[in-house]
Amino acid sequence: MTLETAVTGAPGEPELPAEQLERFLYEMAFIRRFEEKAGEMYTRGKIRGFLHLYTGQEACAVGAIHALEERDKVIAHYRDHGHAIAKGVDPKRVMAELYGRADGTSGGRGGSMHIYDTSKGMMGGYAIVTAHLPVAVGLGLASSMKGEGFVTLCIFGDGSVGEGEFHEALNLSVLWKVPVIFFCENNLYGMGVSFAESLSTEIPKLAAAYNMPAVSIDGMDVLEVHRETKKAVEHCRSGKGPYFIEAMTYRYRGHSMSDPELYRLKDEIEEYRRRDAIESLRLYMQERGLVDEQRWRQIEERVERDVEECVAFAEASPQPGIETLFEHVTKESGDD
Amino acid sequence: MTEMRMRDALREALREELKRDSRVFLMGEDIGAYGGSYAVTKGLLEEFGPERVRDTPIAESGIIGAGIGAALGGLRPMVELMTINFSLLALDQIVNTAAKLHYMTNGQMNVPMVVRMASGGGSQLAATHSHSLEGLYAHFPGLKVVCPSNPADAKGLLKRAFRDDNTVVFIEHTANYGFRGEVPDDPDYLVEFGKANILREGSDVTIVGYSGSVHQALRAAAMLEEQDEVSAEVVDLRTLRPLDMDTVIKSVKKTNRAVIVEDAWKFGGFGGELSAQIMERAFDWLDAPVARVCSKDVPMPYNRDLEFAALPSEEDIVEAVLAMF
Ligand SMILES: Cc1ncc(C[n+]2csc(CCOP(=O)(O)OP(=O)(O)O)c2C)c(N)n1
Ligand SMILES: [Mg+2]
Repeated sequence: MTLETAVTGAPGEPELPAEQLERFLYEMAFIRRFEEKAGEMYTRGKIRGFLHLYTGQEACAVGAIHALEERDKVIAHYRDHGHAIAKGVDPKRVMAELYGRADGTSGGRGGSMHIYDTSKGMMGGYAIVTAHLPVAVGLGLASSMKGEGFVTLCIFGDGSVGEGEFHEALNLSVLWKVPVIFFCENNLYGMGVSFAESLSTEIPKLAAAYNMPAVSIDGMDVLEVHRETKKAVEHCRSGKGPYFIEAMTYRYRGHSMSDPELYRLKDEIEEYRRRDAIESLRLYMQERGLVDEQRWRQIEERVERDVEECVAFAEASPQPGIETLFEHVTKESGDD
Repeated sequence: MTEMRMRDALREALREELKRDSRVFLMGEDIGAYGGSYAVTKGLLEEFGPERVRDTPIAESGIIGAGIGAALGGLRPMVELMTINFSLLALDQIVNTAAKLHYMTNGQMNVPMVVRMASGGGSQLAATHSHSLEGLYAHFPGLKVVCPSNPADAKGLLKRAFRDDNTVVFIEHTANYGFRGEVPDDPDYLVEFGKANILREGSDVTIVGYSGSVHQALRAAAMLEEQDEVSAEVVDLRTLRPLDMDTVIKSVKKTNRAVIVEDAWKFGGFGGELSAQIMERAFDWLDAPVARVCSKDVPMPYNRDLEFAALPSEEDIVEAVLAMF
């Protein structure tokens, strides 16, 4: 397999400091391994329900979320493990949530599609397609009305654009000039319907029609994702309203673990793997003398260890007690 | 008769209806290239082509609205909404348009559309993906609501739905898709709406259910017979609107006890309607208050044990029955 690097930085000096590049490399590799492991644990019956893996799309979460500050918020669709991890949610607790255990991010109530950790600004995990786009607008409204200045990065798939709420949210966001980045991870498919067959136009044109800046970028190039999201963050932070990014990417696995994948050919997956985000960044760093074979092996070993630690943590975490079933249906009054 | 799973029986019904009536067409999310999210429509795209088996964008409200228009224009659409959870995005079109047009136009318009959707918990899909909202749809006058429990009924009821001049909300419990049974081969085999089915005869208590809960009721009835020498009659409603209350009342007058089983929440649920009607029509025959076995009053949790605790079980049914003696 010949690799065509997706990372297109200028020759010579690296675009970002070496430590940051290595952090990106480690985190993308970690998310990939985490997801592969989750898939494995699903086949072994440790994880149940719907599991949507993020392999192939790592550059989106890592590039975009690291353009944010800690106080900024992320709100995402159900393919959410990578986003949570990149936002700083403890991956051990994410794995425990997939296991449905007491130490999971929602104590085992939410599962894979519903990962929340408000202490890290991870607002979820939404499994009803497009439901979180208007919610992002509201978060943006809270940020501007309270003068808090945090930016909300709202991540969703290409499948969202056919829903009415997509259009409602975009329109509201411009009318109210909210600091929200709409970040569409276009992985070319909804479940099995290709995005080309479900949209009569191009995604950035939709956003442009609502009068907000809109760009289409290479979602396999973590540096480009980072660069472009930084611009979007600056735009939002300076009070200019929402911003739209379409990141072209690809999911390597089926839509969920139960996808028979009748709608695409293996060749297509191989084609996209040639521009793999992790390999591309590694090549970029290697060419600049920032990572050699040995260093890469060390990173891989660390990734393996860290993922194993997540699994061990989840395995050791207790089941939530049945007596907790009725907790948190409504909030007890007087708490606020 | 041919033995098949419920998903295959549903597919047979769709295939036969597509062949029988050129006005029939199917549309929905991932019903074509993906093969249907529960494989009900698998192979139909290849057989009937993209004009009559349409993959749609993810746009529940849009495709139901378009289905209504197509029906008004003289077609016979079947719209699949993947699951009942996503049908909430189309609730307005179903409730405010499809269910109302015939009445509001004083009979000028009617909406012959079949809306199919999967329903139910038990698969660890958590709160947003585990709804049982059959009773919600049954609440609205102007709709028909069908909930088959087995392959033969699924086929006969679905074929019957295509012949209806009204919007039929056709709800399939995901746990039933793999359920096997004998299905008549006759292409004219139909199951009438508004006819409950007595699946098991008994003399001490009537257990009323629909969709997935029918199977729990049957298992509970077997347990009651073996362990407690209680003879339970099991009634499968099959359609919630129209509702065959006569069969239920007749059974209750015979057994003098009624237990209602459903996956939905008890509070404000369809079981309350059944209970009230039993009270209204058979009060003097009851030896105990009508009991309801339903889901616990919580959003569905993901964790297996918590989900199990939230859903009704056959043990819960047995317990409810024994408490009546
Ligand atoms: C309102 C709604 N309709 C349908 C579904 C079922 N569904 C889940 S994911 C999905 C495809 C979404 O694709 P996309 O937005 O491109 O995201 P991706 O899975 O590719 O990340 C569908 C149809 C849903 N969850 N919510
Ligand atoms: Mg997609």
